Amino acid sequence: MITVKNLHKSFHTQNGTIEVLKGIDQQIEKGEKVVVVGPSGSGKSTFLRCLNLLEKPTDGEIWFEGQQINTPQCDVDLLRRKIGMVFQHFNLFPHLTVRQNITLAPVTLKLKTQQQADEQAMSLLERVGLSDKAGAYPGQLSGGQKQRIAIVRAMAMEPDVMLFDEPTSALDPEMVGEVLKVMKELANDGMTMVVVTHEMAFAREVGTRVLFMDGGTILEQADPETFFTHPKTQRLQDFLDKIL
Amino acid sequence: MQPISTAASASFFSGLSGQFYQCFVQDNRYQYILTGLGNTLVITVFAVLIGVVLGTLVALIRIAHINNPQKLRVLNGIANLYLTVIRGTPVVVQLLIMYYIIVVGTPISDVGTAILAFGINSGAYVAEVIRSGIQSVDHGQIEAGRSLGLSERTTMVKIVFPQALKNVLPAIGNEFISLLKETSVAGYIGIQDLTKSGDIIRSITFLPYTPLLTTAAVYLVIVIGMSALLTKFERRLHRNDNR
Repeated sequence: MITVKNLHKSFHTQNGTIEVLKGIDQQIEKGEKVVVVGPSGSGKSTFLRCLNLLEKPTDGEIWFEGQQINTPQCDVDLLRRKIGMVFQHFNLFPHLTVRQNITLAPVTLKLKTQQQADEQAMSLLERVGLSDKAGAYPGQLSGGQKQRIAIVRAMAMEPDVMLFDEPTSALDPEMVGEVLKVMKELANDGMTMVVVTHEMAFAREVGTRVLFMDGGTILEQADPETFFTHPKTQRLQDFLDKIL
Repeated sequence: MQPISTAASASFFSGLSGQFYQCFVQDNRYQYILTGLGNTLVITVFAVLIGVVLGTLVALIRIAHINNPQKLRVLNGIANLYLTVIRGTPVVVQLLIMYYIIVVGTPISDVGTAILAFGINSGAYVAEVIRSGIQSVDHGQIEAGRSLGLSERTTMVKIVFPQALKNVLPAIGNEFISLLKETSVAGYIGIQDLTKSGDIIRSITFLPYTPLLTTAAVYLVIVIGMSALLTKFERRLHRNDNR
């Protein structure tokens, strides 16, 4: 479904060029739940953001559903409809109600009428237990509620794959559970997911494959069981020792 | 001591009503004030409109260029020149240049000339206010919009602008208020605005206090009214964020 070949990404800063991704090769199949872990600065988020072109790859190829996406011919807006994204800081639209947050894109892009979108929003809100918040503004919600709404907002576009960029990192510890629960349900429904996270329990329980990134490359990847119990590299062993 | 001060204050008050009569009632002189107020308001309102349209355009050009330095290089150069020249020269000089150099030979009226000059002047300040307002919206908002498949334009219109408006409203309001007061130099090109009217009455009657203080009071009342309106509007916009 997603094929990444020799992906490179550099950022130009005042202090020179920083190479964040140094050649990533990945094949992600439909229905997989790929969890990406690694220390900060290892390029996890950049890798994820390259998949929907929020970052433009410097070199290499990214293919999505049989189409190369990092070419000028690719219609980025059309592509992004198929790739949902959930951000660390939620990025809900503060000037719109919860319902408007969810229905804005489907209605503006003429994929649904306002009425259809409203109905869909209500049934999605019910699934995440927030149907009573439809008329509320993001400023009135807790972090966990905001993130659940953000997930619903991405789901309303009925994407083929969903990307999660540290979805629980900005949350109070007591709110992490409610967000992970929604993500687990989404996984059980068969959604293809790529999740950057520090939640090892989630990686273990939900992931079908875990990637370990360090220094801009994928150092190791395996199914969760092997990944956590039999790490092959010393670097991963050290990383796991520190966080588990 | 006592009788003298009483007599003085009595004569002062009888003098005040006499002055009032002389300044505003005699020969229907209040009409100077009405005409002046009308001109001041017309110039301010239309200059504000020009300023907002021009300022928004310039701000959009500058933002588009900042986001993608390849785009709009020429237009951005013009916009920068405009901002530098307008913000670097006094408004009176701009008004005189407009009157004696630019609109000469055109059928544009004096009031029209003033509207153009003040509108173009205000646009430069509004542009910077709007630019900072747009840039103050968190970049994550744009990313969220784009990640949903919305185009750059739609993201700006539906997500960024409404939030930017909220951020810039106080500053834009201040710009309107200072514009109203800046139009008091319209007399330089012979327009009978509010200030000029007060001065005309002063020169006819040789009484400085009443006409000039009245003029000041009228400005003050308008500004207080505008501030109150703005506060109300702002409160309505902020009703939805208990952040």
